[in-house]
Amino acid sequence: MVATSERYELKLGKATRDAFGEALREIGKTDERIVVVDGDVSNSTRTEWFGQDHPDRFFNLGIAESNMVGVAAGLAASGAVPVVASFACFLLCNAYDQLRMSVAFPHLNVKAVGSHAGISIGEDGPSQMAIEDVSLACSLPGFAVLVPADEVATRAAVKAMMAHDGPVYLRVGRPKAPVVYETEAECAFQVGQANQRRDGSDLTIVANGLMVAAALQAHDVLAERGISARVLDMASVKPLDEAALERAARETGAIVVAEEHLAHGGLGSVVAMGVARLHPCPVGFVNVGDTFAESGPGDELMEKYGLTSGDVVRAAEQVVARKRAG
Amino acid sequence: MGTLREQTVTTPAAPATPTTTPATGVPDAGELAEIARGLRRDILTMTTRAGSGHPSSSMSAIDIVTALYCAGILRHDPKQPQLPDRDRFILSKGHASPALYAILAQQGYFDRGLLDTLRQLGSPLEGHPNMRRLPGVEASTGSLGQGLSIGLGHALHARNGGGRPYRVYVMTGDGEMDEGQIWEAIMAGAFHRVDNLTLIVDHNQAQQSNLLERVLDYRPLAEKLRAFRWHVEEIDGHDMPAILAAFDRVRAVSGQPQAIVAHTVKGKGVSFVEADWTYHGRAVTKEDLPRALAELAG
Repeated sequence: MVATSERYELKLGKATRDAFGEALREIGKTDERIVVVDGDVSNSTRTEWFGQDHPDRFFNLGIAESNMVGVAAGLAASGAVPVVASFACFLLCNAYDQLRMSVAFPHLNVKAVGSHAGISIGEDGPSQMAIEDVSLACSLPGFAVLVPADEVATRAAVKAMMAHDGPVYLRVGRPKAPVVYETEAECAFQVGQANQRRDGSDLTIVANGLMVAAALQAHDVLAERGISARVLDMASVKPLDEAALERAARETGAIVVAEEHLAHGGLGSVVAMGVARLHPCPVGFVNVGDTFAESGPGDELMEKYGLTSGDVVRAAEQVVARKRAG
Repeated sequence: MGTLREQTVTTPAAPATPTTTPATGVPDAGELAEIARGLRRDILTMTTRAGSGHPSSSMSAIDIVTALYCAGILRHDPKQPQLPDRDRFILSKGHASPALYAILAQQGYFDRGLLDTLRQLGSPLEGHPNMRRLPGVEASTGSLGQGLSIGLGHALHARNGGGRPYRVYVMTGDGEMDEGQIWEAIMAGAFHRVDNLTLIVDHNQAQQSNLLERVLDYRPLAEKLRAFRWHVEEIDGHDMPAILAAFDRVRAVSGQPQAIVAHTVKGKGVSFVEADWTYHGRAVTKEDLPRALAELAG
């Protein structure tokens, strides 16, 4: 039985990094506490737009991520609200100890934004692809971790991030993102809150980032095959919306987690832990697995590494079969 | 005393309007040396009681720290540790926390009795400084190499938060200068012409596993800092008049960050600790403490 007749039409919106840059510029006009700290990639992360408006509140510290994060910590300790942005892999992997000791341990109000996350950046290859960033960010005590799905969600996520008191990691991507939300009203984005995009009764697909659009496509394919899928946009990986997750496990009895990330430590791990504790049921996973990707067009990589709507459909059918087999 | 339960020392919220502490009754060099001698006794006593810690790294640093806090150089108010325009001192070599705790107690940031709780469960005097638990601690350090970047952030905020008048002092160890992050901060500080930032290097020539010259001999240090476009003072870090004069000179520098390369002796003040660099990370035993304190008797 199909819970909704709404069909998802895939159309591309802006890249989430562009939405981040625009939202930051917008908020920067009124919030004078905001300063931006950059590691010489502001024309990629889009913080350059804020920098153009506020050169006095914008610091390019060169290709030196450790110092960049330490400076952000000092700015926060002095009362500013720093947004420190770089490629997600360099921010999290190069400056991890600084995020841990200089930011997380004293729980400073630093907003860490990683762009170019995931394998969908394509041709630049594995050295530039953050596929472990969510896992690393989740391992920073006190950090909130946000992975918005599209342009509208990213704008809302930036507002939520700036309103949140405490350190935040926000993940954004390079390619144009499929539209999931038409308006901000549709996307009542809050730290710690899931957004249900489709209701369903046979299973729940929990996804974030680009995989939310894949989940919506999968929903329609599954509906044609008589499987009713609930779709949760779990943009807030930490804190997790445990109430929505528990309802999903209890009411649909099967879950698939889809994310553009390694198998270990990301949304899949977080959801599996939650389901195990709240209401155990079969869980399937769609992710990059335990491997680096390679260079190539982003959409071809998404296919090769198993991150398409077809992969979500297969995982859904398997998990529903497990559920029915008891 | 009873069990310490997650103790956090708090102080009243700071008013919005900044003030500075008037420098009245500033002690002279002889009196400062006398204060430092008392703090050395505190360092030894608290680490021996704790049974661990880094007394020798604290004793090489304590003369400079004493001058900074007691001679009116650092403008601060122990009753209002969060004043927006206070000067900041960041101990990047966090293992020298006993030096920081000794001076903060001496200045009245918290009760001296807390020194007896060093490293105990529940004590805010943790093995390495925790800014969330103890007033006067400006940064949570212990992972070496991070304090100068944090200090640079504070210093940049002073410039861009509407031209605030405060200064930032960061102390590193000389072994800590191995860390690449320090040199990232050194480059950035010079390029951004941050002149309210002073780096003090406690150049005590010894680190955890061996002497600096046998681990990673990067000397000479002062020339390197000058090449990175920092103003550099090189002094004997135990000569109180020289310390005071160096602080006077760096505060007069504009358009450029400053470094004080302070040549020091690890364990300074106690002969048998000075003579043995393996005291890094090791407290003086209870049996040896009386003769150590005797060398520091007034």
